[in-house]
Amino acid sequence: MRINCPHCGQRDRREFYYMGDAVAITRPAADAGPDAWDDYLHNRDNPAGDTRDLWYHEAGCGAWIVVARNTLSHAVHGATLAQKAAS
Amino acid sequence: MRLRNPGQTVTFTFDGKPVQGVPGEPVTAALLASGIRLMGRSFKYHRPRGVLTAGSEEPNALVTVGRGAAQDPNRRATMVEVSEGLEVFSQNAWPSLRHDALAVNDLLSPFLGAGFYYKTFMWPASFWERLYEPVIRRAAGLGRLSGEANAERYEKAFAFCDLLVIGAGPAGLMAALTAGRAGVDVILADEDSAMGGRLLREVEDVDGRPAALWVADVLAQLRALPNVRLMTRTTVTGAYDQGTYGALERIVGADAPVECFWRIVAKRSVLCAGALERPIAFPDNDRPGIMLAGAVRAYVTRWGVAPGRSVTVFGNNDDAHRTARDLAAAGIKIAGLIDARADVQVTADYPVYTGGSVTTTTGRLGLTSITVTHQGGTRVIQTDCLAISGGWNPSLHLTCHMNGRPQWREDIAAFVPSPDAIPGMAVAGACHGVFDTAACLRDGAAVAAEIARGLGFTPEVTLPMAEARAYAIAPLWETPGKGRKWVDFQNDVTTKDIALSAQENMRSVEHMKRYTTQGMAPDQGKSSNVLALAVLADLTGRGIPETGTTTFRPPFVPVSIAAMGAGGQGKGFAPSRLMTSHHASVAARAPMIEAGLWYRPSYFPLEGDVSWRQSCDREVNYVRNVVGVCDVSTLGKIDVQGPDAAALLDFVYTNRMSTLKVGRVRYGLMLREDGFVMDDGTAACLAPDHFVITTTTAAAGQVMRHLEFAGQVLRPDLDARIVSVTDHWAQFAVAGPRAQVLLNTVLDDQITDEDWPFMACGAVGIGGVAGRLFRISFSGETAYEIAVPARYGESLFRQLVAQARTLGGGPYGLEALNVLRIEKGLLTHAELHGRTTAYDLGLAGMVSTAKDCVGQAASRRPGLLDPARERLVGLRAVEEGRRLTAGAHLFAKDAKAVTANDQGYVTSACYSPTLDCYLGLGFLKNGPERYGEVIRMVDHLRGVDTLAEVCHPVFVDPEGGRARG
Repeated sequence: MRINCPHCGQRDRREFYYMGDAVAITRPAADAGPDAWDDYLHNRDNPAGDTRDLWYHEAGCGAWIVVARNTLSHAVHGATLAQKAAS
Repeated sequence: MRLRNPGQTVTFTFDGKPVQGVPGEPVTAALLASGIRLMGRSFKYHRPRGVLTAGSEEPNALVTVGRGAAQDPNRRATMVEVSEGLEVFSQNAWPSLRHDALAVNDLLSPFLGAGFYYKTFMWPASFWERLYEPVIRRAAGLGRLSGEANAERYEKAFAFCDLLVIGAGPAGLMAALTAGRAGVDVILADEDSAMGGRLLREVEDVDGRPAALWVADVLAQLRALPNVRLMTRTTVTGAYDQGTYGALERIVGADAPVECFWRIVAKRSVLCAGALERPIAFPDNDRPGIMLAGAVRAYVTRWGVAPGRSVTVFGNNDDAHRTARDLAAAGIKIAGLIDARADVQVTADYPVYTGGSVTTTTGRLGLTSITVTHQGGTRVIQTDCLAISGGWNPSLHLTCHMNGRPQWREDIAAFVPSPDAIPGMAVAGACHGVFDTAACLRDGAAVAAEIARGLGFTPEVTLPMAEARAYAIAPLWETPGKGRKWVDFQNDVTTKDIALSAQENMRSVEHMKRYTTQGMAPDQGKSSNVLALAVLADLTGRGIPETGTTTFRPPFVPVSIAAMGAGGQGKGFAPSRLMTSHHASVAARAPMIEAGLWYRPSYFPLEGDVSWRQSCDREVNYVRNVVGVCDVSTLGKIDVQGPDAAALLDFVYTNRMSTLKVGRVRYGLMLREDGFVMDDGTAACLAPDHFVITTTTAAAGQVMRHLEFAGQVLRPDLDARIVSVTDHWAQFAVAGPRAQVLLNTVLDDQITDEDWPFMACGAVGIGGVAGRLFRISFSGETAYEIAVPARYGESLFRQLVAQARTLGGGPYGLEALNVLRIEKGLLTHAELHGRTTAYDLGLAGMVSTAKDCVGQAASRRPGLLDPARERLVGLRAVEEGRRLTAGAHLFAKDAKAVTANDQGYVTSACYSPTLDCYLGLGFLKNGPERYGEVIRMVDHLRGVDTLAEVCHPVFVDPEGGRARG
C-alpha cells in the first residue's frame, strides 16, 4: 500500500503509523457529557467501502494525515494534512 | 545426448555422481544430455518421475541443492543453473532414487485415492495428531531443511519505474523497446537466465535473421538506453496495491547474496508472461521421458540437448507439429506424430497418426514404448521420449492477485485475463491469448505505445517482420482407455480422483481442488489447473465457463522466507541503540541489558563480587551515602518551542506547566484520552517559549506521536513545534550527598544550593562545553542530571565516574537505579502499564480541573474513581528472608490463592539494602485504606508464597528532605 503524503509524496505504508478512524479529530468539549465521550473514545464504524483514517508519517516528515481509502478495492483516494482537516 | 559440441563443460554431482554440464544451462538439460531421465519421486505414490517442462512451472524435477546449513530443498531443477561443484540431490526417495521403498504406495494406490486420509484416519480422534499425521507426513513429502542456521546472505531492495514489463519474450521485448525509446523509465524483468523467452527456443526468423540474433540486437539496444533497466533471473511474484510488485531475483556469483527480494513500484505495468503448455490425461502419462512438447523443443533448440533418441509427439494442436518438424530438422528420429484431430493434413517424412491417441505406455524407470490407437488401427511404437501438447494456457496468474477472474475463450480453448484485473496493468502477447510471433511483437509494441502516450511521451512503433502462423486447436483433455491418467503431477492427482470428487458431490471446482489437493502443490497447478477443471466439467456435464476456475494467489513461484525477511534477522530485526557511555560500561565489565532497543548497564561488578546483589547493594549505598553516577540518556527528550509551547504542555499534561518560571522544572503526568496514564516525566522551562520535556525510555516514541497528534490535530490553533532531541544530548544523573561536590569538579562555574535549589535548571559550562543542568532526583537524594551534546558524553561520563571514585562513590546501573526508586515509591512503566489511572497511583490531585487536558474528561468517569479499584501501595515482606516477586498476586491473609479471591498484584520488588528487607510496589483493592494489614502474596510461576505488610509506597525519607538538601 502506498500513501500520498502531502509533504513527501507517494510513500510506502511502512513509513507510517496507523491510528484509526479520523473521527478522532473531532474531540468533544471537556463538558460534553459521558455519551459524547463514550462515542468519541469507543464507537467506530467498520465500513465495507470508503473510509477515512489517521496515519502518522513517523519515518518521514512527522505529519498526521487523513487518508481516504476504500476497504474493498484497497484504492487510496487521497491524503490531506490532519491539521487542515481539523482547523 | 548433445546435438552440438558443448564447448567448455564443468562437473557437478547428482545424488553424489559426477555429471558434465555447460555452465549456466539448467540442471535438467545436463541430466538429459547424460541420458538421465529419472529425476525424482512423486509426492504421494513415489512414482518415478522425470522432467516435464523447461521452466519455473516444473512439477516433477524438484531437487535439493547444496548440503549442510545451506541445503536448499524443493528447487525446480529446470531453474537451477549448472556450475562447477554444484551438488544436487533427488528427493522423496529412500534408499535411492532407483529403488525407493515407499514405491509400495503405488501398489496400494487403489486404496489411497482422494479423501482417503479423511475417511480412514477418523478414529480415534486423538490418534491423528500423535500417530497418523506424523507417519503420513514422513511418507509423503518434499525435501527437507537441515535444521541448522543458514549463514548465506539474502537481500531485499526497492525499485521505482514508470513501466514495469514482466517477461522478456517477443511481446515484452517490443514493449520495453517501444517505451524505452520514447524515454519512459522502464524495468524489464524476466525469470530466465537469459532474456528472449520463446524466441530463444524456436527455429524461426525475426526481422530477417534467426530469432536469437534479433533478441541479442534488441537487448543491446535496451542496454544502451539509460532509462531502461534489465533484470534477468527475476520472477515477478505478486501484484499488490497501488502499483507495487514483488519480485524474486536469483543471483549468481561467488560473493553475492543468494537471492534478493524486490519491491518494485511502477506507475504502469505490462504483463508479457507468455503461456504455459498443458498435458493430456492418458494412461500412465507420467513416466520419465514423457515431456511437454514445447519443453522438448526448448532442450533441443536452446541447449542442444536431445531428450531422447527416438521421439514421438502427441498433441491436439498445430504447435505439436512444430515440435516434430524442429526435432526432425535437428537430426532426431521422430518415431511418430500423433494428432488427436482426424481432419488434419500433414506431409512429413515420419509416420503421422491422425485421429490418434496414446492408450498405454511402458517403462518402469523411463519410457520404452507407447501404444497408439488411430484411424488406421492400433500400433506399438518403441520410443524413449514422448512430447505431449494439450494446448497452451496464457500465464495469467498475476492478473488474479487482486481478485481478477479469468475468462474462457473458446477459440483457443483457454482462459485469458479479464480486462483491468490489476489497476495499472495491461496484458500483451501470449498471456493475452495471442500466439503467433508477429502478433505478439505487434501487441507488445501497441500496449507499450499506449502506456507511453498516457505517461506523456511520444512513442514511435517500428515492427520487425516475423512469422504469423495460425494456432488451431481441438480441445482434448482425457483420452479414452483404462489406467491412471495423471492430471496434477506434483500432488499425484489422477482423473479418477476428480471423478471420485464429482461422485461424492464435490462438484464445485473449489471443492474438487480441496478434496483432491489438485493445484495445491508448490507449483500451484500451473500445468494442471485447466486440465483438471475441464475433466470435472466433462464429468459433471457442464461447460468450462459454468464450471469456472480456481484463481491464483501470490507468490507466482515459491519465495524463500529468507529472501522475504532479508535484513530482518538478528540486529536487522532489533538494531542496537548505544549510549555514549556504552564502551566505558562494557570495559568496566558491566553486563548490558536490553531496554527496548537500548542497552543499559545492569551493574558494575568489582573484583571479588560474588553476586549481582553485592554489586547492586554497593551502588545503592554510593547514592544513599556518597555519590553515584548513572547514564540516563535513554530517557526521551523532546524540545518544545513556540509562543504557545506552554499552552500545548498544559493541554498534554494533567498539571499546569504554563505557570512554570524560567529556570524551573516540574514533574508532569500525561494521560491517554481514555483517562489512563500514558507516561510521566519532567518539563524544564529554559525560556518563556522554550521547554525540554523528558519521557520514560519505553514511551519516548509514543509520547512523540501523541504530542504531534495533540499539536497538529487536536489543537492546530496553538503555535508550537516539537522535535525529539533524545539522541542529541547525553545526560547523566549525579546523585548522593556529595553530588554537588562532584559536579563542582567538572563545572566551569561553581554551584551552590542557593543558586541551584531543588527543581532548578539552566545552562552550565563543562570544560568550555555548553551544557545543561537539572536539579531533579529519581532516587530521593540530592541529585542532578547534567546534559552535554552527545559527542562529549563519553568523555564526561569517564570524568564523572573517576571523580566519584575519588570521593568514595562510583557508577551505578539499572539494578541500583530500580532499588533506589522503589525505596522512594517512584514510578516506572512497571506501574504505568496502561491500565492504571492517576487515581490508582495516588496522583488524582495532579489532574487539574481548572483547565482541559487530554484524558481529563474520561478520567472523571465514576468507574475510574472507585475506591475499590486496585490502587498503588507499598509492600514490605514480613517473613524473615522471604522475598517479594514482581508478577505475584495478592490475597487476603487466610484466603485461598485462586482467581476469585484475587485482591491485586505486585509490579516491582527488590531487596532494599537501606532498610535491610524486601520491598515491593503493587496494586491492591482499596489499597491506601489498608496500610498496616498483613496480606498473602503468591507467585504461582516461581512457587513463592509469603506474607507482606501493606504500607505507604514511599519507604525512605517520606518527607523528601534529602532531595531538597
